[in-house]
Amino acid sequence: MIDMHVTLPGGLHPLTLNNPVMTASGTFGYGVEFTPYGDLTRLGGIVVKGLSLAPRRGNPMPRVAETPCGMLNAVGLQNDGVEYFVRTTLPKLPWREVPIVANLYACDPGEFGELAAVLAAEEGVAALEVNISCPNVKEGGVIFGQDPRQAAKVTEAVKMRAGSKPVIVKLSPNVTDIAHMARAVEDAGADVLSCINTLTGMGVDINTRKPLLANVVGGLSGPAIKPVALRCVWQVAKAVSIPVIGIGGITSAEDVLEFLLVGAHAVQVGTANFIRPDFVFRLVDELAALCERMGIEQWDDFRGTLKV
Amino acid sequence: MNTPACTDLTVLDLVPFGQTGGEARFFALRLERPQWADWKPGQFVMLRPAGWALDMLWARPFSICRISARDLVIFFQVVGRGTARLAQLRTGDVVHVWGPLGNAFAMEPDTPTLMLAGGIGIAPFIGYAHTHPKPWNLWMDFGHRMPLGCYPFESINEKIMADSHHEEGPEDLSRFIETMGRRMREFRDQNGLVLACGPTPFLRTVRSFALEYGVRTQLSLETRMACGVGACLGCVCRTTEQWPDPARAGGNVQTCTQGPVFWAEQITFDDETAAPPTAADAPVQACER
Repeated sequence: MIDMHVTLPGGLHPLTLNNPVMTASGTFGYGVEFTPYGDLTRLGGIVVKGLSLAPRRGNPMPRVAETPCGMLNAVGLQNDGVEYFVRTTLPKLPWREVPIVANLYACDPGEFGELAAVLAAEEGVAALEVNISCPNVKEGGVIFGQDPRQAAKVTEAVKMRAGSKPVIVKLSPNVTDIAHMARAVEDAGADVLSCINTLTGMGVDINTRKPLLANVVGGLSGPAIKPVALRCVWQVAKAVSIPVIGIGGITSAEDVLEFLLVGAHAVQVGTANFIRPDFVFRLVDELAALCERMGIEQWDDFRGTLKV
Repeated sequence: MNTPACTDLTVLDLVPFGQTGGEARFFALRLERPQWADWKPGQFVMLRPAGWALDMLWARPFSICRISARDLVIFFQVVGRGTARLAQLRTGDVVHVWGPLGNAFAMEPDTPTLMLAGGIGIAPFIGYAHTHPKPWNLWMDFGHRMPLGCYPFESINEKIMADSHHEEGPEDLSRFIETMGRRMREFRDQNGLVLACGPTPFLRTVRSFALEYGVRTQLSLETRMACGVGACLGCVCRTTEQWPDPARAGGNVQTCTQGPVFWAEQITFDDETAAPPTAADAPVQACER
């Protein structure tokens, strides 16, 4: 029987997960929405909906559209703000039994630092995940995650105020060389990398001649992007020495092992949470069963053993 | 409110409604009865057949039409890819179902209550009419475009006072709108309650009458949903300053968890009439949730 726990090495306090299956930000609410459907403490970790300093109303509707083997979203980071989360939501979460990862969203490095400071003070927050797929409003709207220097600046700003919390930086696939981005962020002090965020896409309706999303463009997620995600994780894991969390289109225990095989320490399940609300809980069981069948006894024996 | 659950239910049958020739577009789907403790009319379920591959990931939301000792019934119209594929279900197929979800219509047995239904929006009122303890206090006006036989109107008509209005041209529509306005004024004069379910343009009309005439009105919204549990934020609607929680007044709330039934004055269909965006609503690049 495999011990499902996995430790992400590095940082002052390595992050230990109950198992490699986490939930991805923006697809699992704040966790509490899913309590009728499963035991949150059985998950590897929970990454909550992106938090900003002030509450955000998000983008106009429509914000989501189903596409073949995936979906587009342009929700626009609607959230209650970090204070509300810390005061009202976090106390309801079983954070002693399952690591709660706060996902941070801001529009300049200073704001990122402020957010990190608020969350670093919370015992119930196990780690911070930085969303760098946002425009830097003070630098003409360039996306932090598409410019290695800007991404490094954000990482440093968060790291400086994060205290002992491990800092995970979530990489965007919408770049020419994701390994280059990964190294820049690692050099800036990131403890862990997670990849990938959604791919930019769009959908249109030939009858109404309108885009499917009010925001016109949105982020593509779901099994449609899994090959891209796998490629990115493989390239990133080779390029850095810090642990990597794989994200992108996971819908089965086999998919989880694929990401571990190319070098990920853990994974995040996102869009599959919409297939059915107990999806991720069942996936944890299926992964244990699959490891048993395949004779995998330690994650270390399997991780990154792709034969090329 | 009752705790929802996710279960696998077997299809008992799928009954086409009211078509003579051509491809059937209206169906009653009967599933085996879920083991829920309770449910209330106005609540909904998410359905995703177990046999669906990954090409369509989302489940589809449907109002609960009725739950009996034996079955759960939903009523649907084929309007897109998902409902077209649901129409291919066969007896014995397994469907993932989660529910009962959302809130419910106000149920005030002694209050004269008018149900306004547009098209497939009739579905939740079947359960409402059949579970209402004093059905003689219930009335319905039903506007429809397809022939009446396409809808489960008879199962309401046998229970309560119901009028149907067939909309075949623009003049029928303006007549129906006029009728709705007159009926809503009548129910206001009796301190009554109005409940509406139907397409958004229909609900928009009902809402404007509700505000103009000052009649207590609830609207059940029809919207696209990915999760049904409050996580995807794809089904939000805009609240007004009358929303009870000041933190979310003039903001967005999930139709799936805060609705699908809303008091008419507490939401708006017009983004522009709500408060202007704040500095916190800085432009957002697309690729994130």
